[in-house]
Amino acid sequence: MLVVEGLVKRFGGFTAVNNVSFKVDQGEILGLIGPNGSGKSTIFNMLSGTFPPTSGSIRFGGKEIAGLPPYRIINSGVGRTFQIPRPFRRLTIFENVALAGYYGQGSHSLAKAEEAAERALDMVGLQTDRAASVDGLGAAGLKKLELAKAIATGPKLLLADESLGGLDETEMNQAADMLRKIRTELGITIIWVEHIMGVLMRVVDRVMVLDHGEKISEGLPSAVSHDPRVIEVYLGTDAHATQATAAAAAGGSPTTR
Amino acid sequence: MNTRLAWAVGLTALVALPFAYRDPYHLHIMVLILIWSFAYTSWSIMGRFGLVSLGHGGFMGVGAYVTTLLWNHLGVSPWIGIPVAMLCAGALALVVAYPCFRFRITGHYFALVTLALSGIVLQIIIATRDYTGGSLGYTPERTKGSHILALQFDDKIVWYLIALGVWAGGLAVWYWIDRSMSRYAMEAISEDEDAAAAAGVNVTAEKLRITVISAVMTALAGALYGQYQMFISPDTVSGIAVSLQMVFAAVVGGIYVALGPTIGAIITIMLAEVLRVGFGTKAVGWDNLVYGVLLVLFIIFLPKGILGSLLAWVKSPRKHRDG
Repeated sequence: MLVVEGLVKRFGGFTAVNNVSFKVDQGEILGLIGPNGSGKSTIFNMLSGTFPPTSGSIRFGGKEIAGLPPYRIINSGVGRTFQIPRPFRRLTIFENVALAGYYGQGSHSLAKAEEAAERALDMVGLQTDRAASVDGLGAAGLKKLELAKAIATGPKLLLADESLGGLDETEMNQAADMLRKIRTELGITIIWVEHIMGVLMRVVDRVMVLDHGEKISEGLPSAVSHDPRVIEVYLGTDAHATQATAAAAAGGSPTTR
Repeated sequence: MNTRLAWAVGLTALVALPFAYRDPYHLHIMVLILIWSFAYTSWSIMGRFGLVSLGHGGFMGVGAYVTTLLWNHLGVSPWIGIPVAMLCAGALALVVAYPCFRFRITGHYFALVTLALSGIVLQIIIATRDYTGGSLGYTPERTKGSHILALQFDDKIVWYLIALGVWAGGLAVWYWIDRSMSRYAMEAISEDEDAAAAAGVNVTAEKLRITVISAVMTALAGALYGQYQMFISPDTVSGIAVSLQMVFAAVVGGIYVALGPTIGAIITIMLAEVLRVGFGTKAVGWDNLVYGVLLVLFIIFLPKGILGSLLAWVKSPRKHRDG
């Protein structure tokens, strides 16, 4: 459903993304991992239209979307979340999501937007008290709101920029389960960006690893976590622990310590 | 329901007023207040979303001058001239605002670009003095035929009712935007353009829409002012001073509440009149000095404006009681 070919992004003399190609199939969860600064967010920003690629092609559902303005990409069925939640603090929680439901679907019907907002809030498990302010939300709540906004735009493909770093282990697992639930219940295809491997490996169907803007590995979680290049990239942080956790998670057995 | 009743009673009282009380000086002041209230409301339609324009004097000038020029030189009735002037202001707003929004010129930089717009319109009026009368001002020619066709009335009551209708229309537009999804979108845009875009908002188009509505309304205010006063000059309907006066009045009254700009108009016009009547020619320009000092004080101590702060104060104890 998404075919990316030869994607390049340069900022002045710095190449943030260098000749990256990949495909995402209908209904799959693709994990996109790599250390900080490896180009994950840059790829997301190009997929969602925040800025155009320097060169390369992005075809979504057979149509070229590279370089289109964000609102047209969103309306064609690509939703996104930001790594750091960006709620609109002058609007209530409900208004935040209703806004996304209204403009994101291009339906321009208030009733439909509110219905989409109710469903999205219900999906992520946020209260639907319409007067509730964003200021009452903690880190986990803001992540849920971010996700609800993206779901309310009615995406076929969800770009989830989930830096789970700010969450504890229980919250991380909840977030991972949430993405799986979104895929199963709403049939939304997901690209999940993360810089730590652990939880991600348990949920995704396929993984793509980036380093310095280049794709260094792609495949099943179990295979990728044994790829020497991937291990090397993560060496110096906690290569062995990561590998062990990832391998165990990919194998389906719970991690024991 | 209560607010609706209050509006109905208030509007009826305002419509009935000139038939019961017809002191010409006071009626004159009220017409001025209504026309300027409408202009300030028009400004606040975009100003409340952080789109601070210092160019609205330019739109007002376009409204007044295009209407009068068409009438004096081509004999076009203001009934056609005013819509043409409004279209011109809308087109001007598009030409200035599109590049700003497209290339993300926001905040202070946007204010500076619009400030330049004020200056340019002023310079054009002065430079084409053979047609516009330059800085000496310009007078619409007295009609020899129909007063209605020329939109020239000697009776202040007629002007009062016209101004009242237009002012109410301005408030209606304010409320219409306030209750529409556009308000959500504009609030979102004023906080974070990228996040608004990620929610599917066409950021440039939304901002342009609000800007054009605001500019077109301001042009109408300028045209009405010219028709009422039968005299326009760059100082009174155009230029930077007028632009700043709009910002000042709207901020003082409150830019986040519908009647804020109206309260601002009442305060500024009363202040100018009190200074004029009380001190005569000795106080020429004093009102600007007072405006300046007050503007600084308001931005620091009462950013919501007089009405906005008052409403917030009235509402807050009630919240405490509920909680």
